[in-house]
Amino acid sequence: MREFLLSVAYDRWILPALLALPLLGAALVLIGNRTSTEGDDEVATGAADRPRLVATLVFALEFVLSLGLWWSFDAGRSGWQQRFDMPWIPSWGIRFTLGLDGIALMMVLLTTFIMVLASFGSWTSVRQKAAPYYALLLVLTTGMLGVFMSLDLFLFYMMWEIMLVPMYFIVGIWGGQRRIYASLKFFIYTMVGSLLMLVAIVYLGLQAQHEVTLHGMRQVVPDFSYDTIMATARVTPHAALWLFGAFFLAFAVKVPMFPFHTWLPDAHVEAPTAGSVVLAAIMLKLGTFGFLRLAVPLFPGAAMNPTVRTIILTLAVIGIVYGALVSLVQPDFKKLVAYSSVSHLGFVMLGIFALTVQSVQGALMVMINHGLSTGALFFLIGMIYERRHTRLIADYGGLARVVPMFAAMLTFVTFSSIAVPGTNGFIGEFLVLLGAFRTYPVLAVIAATSVIITAAYLLWAIQRILFNPLDKPVNEHVPDLNRRELLLMAPLLACIIWLGVYPAPVLRRMQPAAEQFVRIVETRAAMATADAQGGR
Amino acid sequence: MLLQQVADAAQAGAHPLSGTAARYVWLLPVLPLLGFVLNGLLSLTSAFKLGPADPSASHDDHGVHAPAGLEHGGGGHGDDHHVVARHRHAGLASLIGPGVLAASFLLALAIFAAMRGAGGGEMHAPFVQRYFSWMPVGDLQIDAAFHLDQLSMVMVLIITGVGTLIHLFSIGYMQDDPGYPRYFAYLNLFVFFMLVLVLGASYPLLFVGWEGVGLCSYLLIGFWFSEKANADAGKKAFIVNRIGDFGFLVAMFMLFAHTGKLDFIGVASAAPTTFAFGGAVVTTICLFMFLGCTGKSAQIPLYTWLPDAMAGPTPVSALIHAATMVTAGVYLIARSNVLFSLAPAAQLTVVVVGALTAVFAATIGLKQWDIKKVLAYSTVSQLGYMFVGVGSGAYVAGVFHLMTHAFFKALLFLGSGSVIYAMHAAYHHTGNHDDAQDMRNMGGLKKYLPVTWVLMWAATLAIAGIPPFAGFFSKDEILGSLFLRAHGSTLAEAHWLGIPGSAVIIVCYMLGLAAAFMTAVYMTRMMLYTFHGPNRTGEPERGYLHEAPWIMTGPLVVLGVLSVFGGWLNLPSLLPLGPVGLLDHWLEPVVGEGTLRVTKGVVPEAAHSTEVALIGAAVVIAVVGIALAFARLKPARLVPKSQSPAEHGFEKVLANKYYVDEAYDAAIVQPIVSGSRGLLWRGLDAGLIDGMTRLLVQGKDDDDAPGTTVPMGGLLSRSVGWIGSQLQSGQVGTYAWVLVVGVLFVLGAFTFR
Amino acid sequence: MLAESLFFSAVLFTIGVVGVLTRRNAIIIFMCVELMLNAVNLTFVAFAQVYGAAGQVFVFFVMTVAAAEAAVGLAIIIALFRHRQTVNLSNINLLKG
Repeated sequence: MREFLLSVAYDRWILPALLALPLLGAALVLIGNRTSTEGDDEVATGAADRPRLVATLVFALEFVLSLGLWWSFDAGRSGWQQRFDMPWIPSWGIRFTLGLDGIALMMVLLTTFIMVLASFGSWTSVRQKAAPYYALLLVLTTGMLGVFMSLDLFLFYMMWEIMLVPMYFIVGIWGGQRRIYASLKFFIYTMVGSLLMLVAIVYLGLQAQHEVTLHGMRQVVPDFSYDTIMATARVTPHAALWLFGAFFLAFAVKVPMFPFHTWLPDAHVEAPTAGSVVLAAIMLKLGTFGFLRLAVPLFPGAAMNPTVRTIILTLAVIGIVYGALVSLVQPDFKKLVAYSSVSHLGFVMLGIFALTVQSVQGALMVMINHGLSTGALFFLIGMIYERRHTRLIADYGGLARVVPMFAAMLTFVTFSSIAVPGTNGFIGEFLVLLGAFRTYPVLAVIAATSVIITAAYLLWAIQRILFNPLDKPVNEHVPDLNRRELLLMAPLLACIIWLGVYPAPVLRRMQPAAEQFVRIVETRAAMATADAQGGR
Repeated sequence: MLLQQVADAAQAGAHPLSGTAARYVWLLPVLPLLGFVLNGLLSLTSAFKLGPADPSASHDDHGVHAPAGLEHGGGGHGDDHHVVARHRHAGLASLIGPGVLAASFLLALAIFAAMRGAGGGEMHAPFVQRYFSWMPVGDLQIDAAFHLDQLSMVMVLIITGVGTLIHLFSIGYMQDDPGYPRYFAYLNLFVFFMLVLVLGASYPLLFVGWEGVGLCSYLLIGFWFSEKANADAGKKAFIVNRIGDFGFLVAMFMLFAHTGKLDFIGVASAAPTTFAFGGAVVTTICLFMFLGCTGKSAQIPLYTWLPDAMAGPTPVSALIHAATMVTAGVYLIARSNVLFSLAPAAQLTVVVVGALTAVFAATIGLKQWDIKKVLAYSTVSQLGYMFVGVGSGAYVAGVFHLMTHAFFKALLFLGSGSVIYAMHAAYHHTGNHDDAQDMRNMGGLKKYLPVTWVLMWAATLAIAGIPPFAGFFSKDEILGSLFLRAHGSTLAEAHWLGIPGSAVIIVCYMLGLAAAFMTAVYMTRMMLYTFHGPNRTGEPERGYLHEAPWIMTGPLVVLGVLSVFGGWLNLPSLLPLGPVGLLDHWLEPVVGEGTLRVTKGVVPEAAHSTEVALIGAAVVIAVVGIALAFARLKPARLVPKSQSPAEHGFEKVLANKYYVDEAYDAAIVQPIVSGSRGLLWRGLDAGLIDGMTRLLVQGKDDDDAPGTTVPMGGLLSRSVGWIGSQLQSGQVGTYAWVLVVGVLFVLGAFTFR
Repeated sequence: MLAESLFFSAVLFTIGVVGVLTRRNAIIIFMCVELMLNAVNLTFVAFAQVYGAAGQVFVFFVMTVAAAEAAVGLAIIIALFRHRQTVNLSNINLLKG
């Protein structure tokens, strides 16, 4: 496999190709459709047939292309792979640089994988304005992949903003009752954070400026290249604290960390099924990815400052327990899962800031697992919503007798979300807690109590949905899953078991990146502390 | 010394078991897993009807088909509206389910034979088979590996052996249930996880089985999920177990943080050098681990789930909630004997909790009317005994009682299943809706169920501790070893909450005797009310009462034989009815070192007279208990449940289980739920954080939901917007002026900087 | 020569600016804008004498833009007049926020 990939120079063209393909696909989806009048049911009229088919095929192609990364990626090597580099705006020192390490690799694969399912899962649930919907999904994919791949801070920022816009429209147009409120809230929260990040990025670019010859003239230009900034940008401890704050706000909103999380339940609840899936499975990971790639390695002195670190870890643990407790009392199943995301992402933050190899690897696993499990949960909620048009837990009960296949899958995915060993969820949470216990035992123990609450809220919810007496006549004739839905869930379930039983291949690919992260942050934080003391 | 041998054997290369049947040890759990997959497919494919391609469009497509199983009801033997509906794949499922288990048992026997051939109790190194790397992260290397030694061999034999019998019994018991293949799927999955639990070579892998069996327990307790009570019971079992699992997790984290190891061999070799004897760290680890045990093995304070777990089918109660899963905690402590032996304070805690649970549960058992509830509290009580055993460092005694208990308690549960089966069939024929599990509705059943009656008496005598039945030997060994630990052991010299260890041990010994007495009483009570006296079922039902088919009585007979003769496996030297101390010798390589550390290197030998006195006391107490029950309890005076008067005073407290469930609910569950709703969600989340957002940024909610729109909302965005809008006069001239002034300013700034 | 040209274009430009700022009639403002554009053109041409032909290229660009602007701008003014019967800008504030 590897030889074949090398023979077609896969390493050199794959990353830009992955970014370009969805954009091409978006154009393809938009042209040549049958016109349909406002308010038509496009699934019934057949107007949605072409867009959904084209989009799903493009996503499938994208996924197949990206799969080659699994083999062409050299697991034993740290540093960037599949690197692609070309000048973009030379007078501003902006380059179009892409590259992967083990962390980004898994995120890219997760994205392409989830997007196929998201598109396929919208098959019958998006019934209006189908063509623009699928086009936006495709553009969104470029944005998300771009964030994971970019090695240029300006490019990173651009991709970060690119993905915001399609999501805003997906929630705002194809969402539920309160979609305008929810999409606006989503947009405002995210924007406030990311604008400060732009300021910080520009500041960093100017710090790394150097002289180049452009059109025969010597000019001083800023440099936004990640590697250059890592190597040369020197900021004072004081400035580092502010810059870290700017990045922190952008990423913490995205994660979302307590107390910046309240946009998430609204956005999740109002978004269409695929929107919720993408939001939970991938977009939340961009926040934690930002911490891993930018905020912490660039300013280890600030991030690992004992006060800052304690505050962030405390917020993470509060998020874990608080998210779980609030989930316990949600009447709306989608909202319950949304708050459970706050809890799960708290584990990721705990893992990153606890800064041991186990906890960082665990955090990465939680990122992947949460994408799979929560994605699957949202899909299942979407399926039952299409049948009964309600998300309220109280409207169900006894469904397991009517829809056994749905019940089996929901139970299974729930157990993955509860982190029962043998499913993927356990690997992540176990590693995070195990690693975090080495550096912050008390916080790890507090975080571990969430294993109890998580079981409580999820089991209580599925009991009220699947079990108990079948006492509502309207539930007696709900049809079970169809072939398309089974096909949709099967890969997710397979991944859940695979990552629970044999996660070693994934862990091995992420190992060098995680180790390097820990090592760099530790040594640079120590240097920063020494500098600060020396300067005093 | 022992560890040195282990290391030597490992260096020597070839293990005595390599090349024997033991190399197929992976097949032991894989066979039941295969059964799970097949039965699961059978269950799903027959119940599943493919949905329409477009689920939204078909919404008004009412009444096209009522899904299978809907009319049949989920009701089972335990509830009132059970409808006969034999599953169409029942035959295949009853072939696969017990079949894979029987195959697993045969393989276990072959491995056992190989182990005996390899020296049995003389084989000092465990046989570790490594399959693949599970969690390789930095210095953490957890392999998917199986660890076969004498202790896991005993457990494997119990699980597959008793498991096979219970599977066979289930064929009869569950034959008319619409969820028949699903039942066997869950049961097979349970056995898979249980085998992973006892075969796993590291704590995390043990934890896989540990949580997995909890999961299956959840599924099986809530098997008839259409009853809210059943679904509640399953959920309660899982959540309470999770509290224990939290403890187990923390214990693992501490172990890893201090020793850097999580596999049994690594921990056992690192522990004595890493941890100071009686040190705070090892004590904390053991206490957290024991918290895990209290959850899984239903000890105070986490025992409340087990009685509720009786909501599941009766064979499930026999397999999971009596014979195997609930004993996992005992296994864990025996497995971690090196750690526990280093922490006498933790051991004393185990003993105290075990003894208290034994007495406490026994008192509740005295006043229960539901036949399965009596057995459930009896199980809790007997598990307490096992913890007294392993807690006092008498690991073999604990495991011995685990084994005999598996025999006689499985028999008791299956026997009660046979009774319930008969009662239920009778009620079903006559359309009666009374409680088929309440002993007040039974009585005089010995005439109708003679085989069950005889066998259950055998089991009752066994659990009461009457020689020469199995329970006598194991219970006597536990109490005897405990008594001996009061002097000259590390436990006696340690302190527990400031009390000298020897005093604690003597008190616990007394508690153990008291529990033995009550055990004899409540078990006799159960037998009297169920099988003796006049029959209290109605006249029409009486004609339908009959003994269960052979597929159900057959396993009962086998278990009966084991309950009578199981004690022969570890005879005390005082009663040499056959070879003495077989189990002692067999388990010596696994637990010998831990035991010796507790007894300070000497093998405790009681004086002959002391031993006779100890055994005599235990037997006398049991006999007195049975006699007292016969003398005081009059089955003839009992009336059926519907006519029974309410209890009063202390009886009422006992019948209501000391109101512990209610207290937990009021003290823990309700505050958490209402606090989360009122304080965290409505108050902090929707109130404070969202309120601030609304007040400053986003004033108006889009929908008309009341309470979400803040009157003065959007303060910040409104005021900034107002200032901005004042600049927009709409006069092009003004704009032009601003532009020119701006240009001049910029030019000036560049010129005069 | 260069200095004179620049001085002349500066004067022209200033006249244009003052016109835009002080007058209210849309047509006159429009003509003043054209005046400013031509002032800039003059500067370009003047500098082109010294630095090469690039400036002259720009003049063509500006002239094209000016022509387009004249077409669109006059059309707007006519449309405005039809609606309001006036081209006095102080009466027109459609852009007010």
